[in-house]
This record gives sequence, C-alpha cells and structure tokens, in this order.
Amino acid sequence: MSAPPYARDLQLMLCHTCGQVCSQSVHHCPRCDGAVHRRKPNSLTRTWAFLLASLIFYVPANLLPVMYTNMFGSGSENTILSGVYEFWSHGSWDIALLIFIASVVVPCIKFFVLATLLISCQRRSHWAMRERARLYRFIEVIGYWSMLDVIVVALVAALVQFRALSSIEPRMGILFFGLVVVLTMWAAMSFDPRLIWDVEVEDV
Amino acid sequence: MTLSPSWIICEHCDSLYQSVPLAKGQAAQCVRCGAVLARASRWSVQQLFALSITAALLFVFANAFPVIKISLEGLSNEATLWQSVEALAYGRISLIAAVTGLTIILAPCLQIILLCWLLGFANVGRAAPGFKTCMRTLEHLRPWSMLEVCLLGILVAIVKLAGMLDVHPGLGLWALSMLTVLIILISGKDIRRLWDDLEGRY
Repeated sequence: MSAPPYARDLQLMLCHTCGQVCSQSVHHCPRCDGAVHRRKPNSLTRTWAFLLASLIFYVPANLLPVMYTNMFGSGSENTILSGVYEFWSHGSWDIALLIFIASVVVPCIKFFVLATLLISCQRRSHWAMRERARLYRFIEVIGYWSMLDVIVVALVAALVQFRALSSIEPRMGILFFGLVVVLTMWAAMSFDPRLIWDVEVEDV
Repeated sequence: MTLSPSWIICEHCDSLYQSVPLAKGQAAQCVRCGAVLARASRWSVQQLFALSITAALLFVFANAFPVIKISLEGLSNEATLWQSVEALAYGRISLIAAVTGLTIILAPCLQIILLCWLLGFANVGRAAPGFKTCMRTLEHLRPWSMLEVCLLGILVAIVKLAGMLDVHPGLGLWALSMLTVLIILISGKDIRRLWDDLEGRY
C-alpha cells in the first residue's frame, strides 16, 4: 500500500481548532476564524523553554514540604516522597504506588520523552518514527494525572481543621509541583508531532 | 487547487486522506503514524443535548453538597469542592488555588454551559449566537478539565484520612462520580460534527 500524501506537499494545512483543511495562503481558518499555522510556531524552542522551566521547578517541588500536619500538638512536614514512604511503611502499598506513579513516574516519563523527541527532531533522525509518534500521544494522555497530589492536599487541608486538636496546611512545595504539571502540559502542547515526519520530505 | 470538504488531515503527521463514512463504533486510523483520524459519532445532537442537561444538574449537586465528611472525637467537618480550592489559597501559594479551581470547577462548568448553549440551538436546527467563539473555547478548554483526576484524588484522600479518623463519602461524591462519566462522554470531539450539521448557518 502506498503512503498517503503529505498535506504540506499539496499546499494544504490543518486547522487544529475545528479540523478544517485550509489552503496555505490563509492565516485564519475560514470556517472557525481560529489562527492556523503550517507548523506550531517556534515549536522546538518553546518546548525546550517549557521543559527546562519545569525541570527547574521539579527540584523545589520535591525538596520543599507539600503539607504540614499537626496531630494532637505534634507537628510534622511532609514532602511528596516522605508522604509516599509513610503510606508504604503503614502497609498501604497500593496508595503509595498510586501517588508514586502520579507524582514521580509520570513527570519523569514526560521529561524523558519530551527531551528524546526534541533531540531526535533536531538531529533530523529517521529512527523509529512511528514509535516516537506513539510516545508523543502517550504523554499527552498521561500528562494531567500528576495533578492528583495537588487535589489530595487541597481536600485534606480543607477537611482536617480542628483548631488546636489537629490541622493540616498546604506548604510551598505543592505550588511548585502544580506549576511543574502546568509547564509540562504546555511543553507537550507546544511540541508539534509533525516535525517527526518532516525529515521524510526534506531529506529526499 | 480547489479544496474538497471531504478531505481530512492527520493532526499528528500531516497525512492527507479522503474521508470515508464511518458506521457506528468504527474509527479511522492513520496508516502512517497510527493516530485516530476520526471516530463515528456515538450520539445524535438530541442525545448529546440531553446528556449535557443531565451533566448541568449533576454539576450543581456535585458542587453544592460536601464530597467528604469526617469526624474525630465528637467533632465533625465536611468539605465541598470549592472549600478544597479555598484551602489552597494560603498566603504565597494562592496561585495553585487558581490552577486547581480552573481544572476541577471552572473548566468543567464552562464546558457544560457552552455545550448546553450550542446543543440547545443545534437541536432546533440553528447556530447559537457566538457559535464560532463558543466552539473554539470548547476546544481550548478540553485539556484543562480534570474531573477524573479529581475523582481519583478524592478516593486517595478518603483512604489517607481513614487511617486517622472516621471518613464518610458525601452526597457530592456520588454526583461527582456520575458527572465525571458524563463529561468524558460529552466533552470529546463529537461536538465538532456541528460544523458540518449547521454548515452555512453560522
């Protein structure tokens, strides 16, 4: 079966907002008025910027405490990892695993995959194109599950408010962690997966 | 070159295809990159409208009633979604409250309102006022609506607190779990069919 033609070879482009096929001479989609581009503007630079920013924020997100627990007068601060460890040592390995996947494994996979995609696109690599395209779709799907820990801290802090007896307060770490999630989502959104395939046309 | 309305372009690799009509349950896949090009719409406009109204009602319940109640030595407390967002608005970290509020309350709320508005008019064969703006806003909201993450977060919080005190799921939690399923059903790309259904009327 012969490969389908590329839209760019036929002077066509896709409106990402409504799915309309537009001619390359327009800047706004004739159907939905949204801005259209042949490729996402400055895709590689923007993705690198968001990726590096999120990597930097990931350090305080893990080092700073995400919440402060005061139980019957004795207070303690928890980071994300110490929270996971606490669940683990109390025998709830399932919850520990869930939080570990959402707040450590998912962001790390995103960093790794985005960096791989960026570097391979910059080196105009022909390596495993279909698999790289699949990797991109994979991080688009899993990306937002990292918000889990932010929501858990919000709920727990809203509930446990018994003045002197016991209380839970959010701490700085959760802000950085939330920003890491938002920044990696922006990074994934500004990466243009069509760049993976562009080398097929340009290098012939 | 004249543009044909029956063309579709794969958003992941820029391949151009002639679109073919899909039967219910079928999906078209890109032969080059394997991404899904198009899915047959599962619902009619009328069904989507009905589901959106249901979602609107459930949204009111999910937000008006507490999602979790706890009790400790005679004292008790409860939290709604809004109170959880408020708990994060704490000094210098208030920005995260805005992000959380957007993802679990504002984005789903706007999605439901816009869907009801667009589908209500589409149901009688008309394009809603501000049709293009509403359709574009829905596309931009989709990645920021995270009710399913919120639901899992509530379950984790319940288990987390159950070790220290008595925890009871509130009425809001039942509404929220049904709402999450509905949002997944109605907030997909199905709504894009309105561009074709109302062709020339917006």
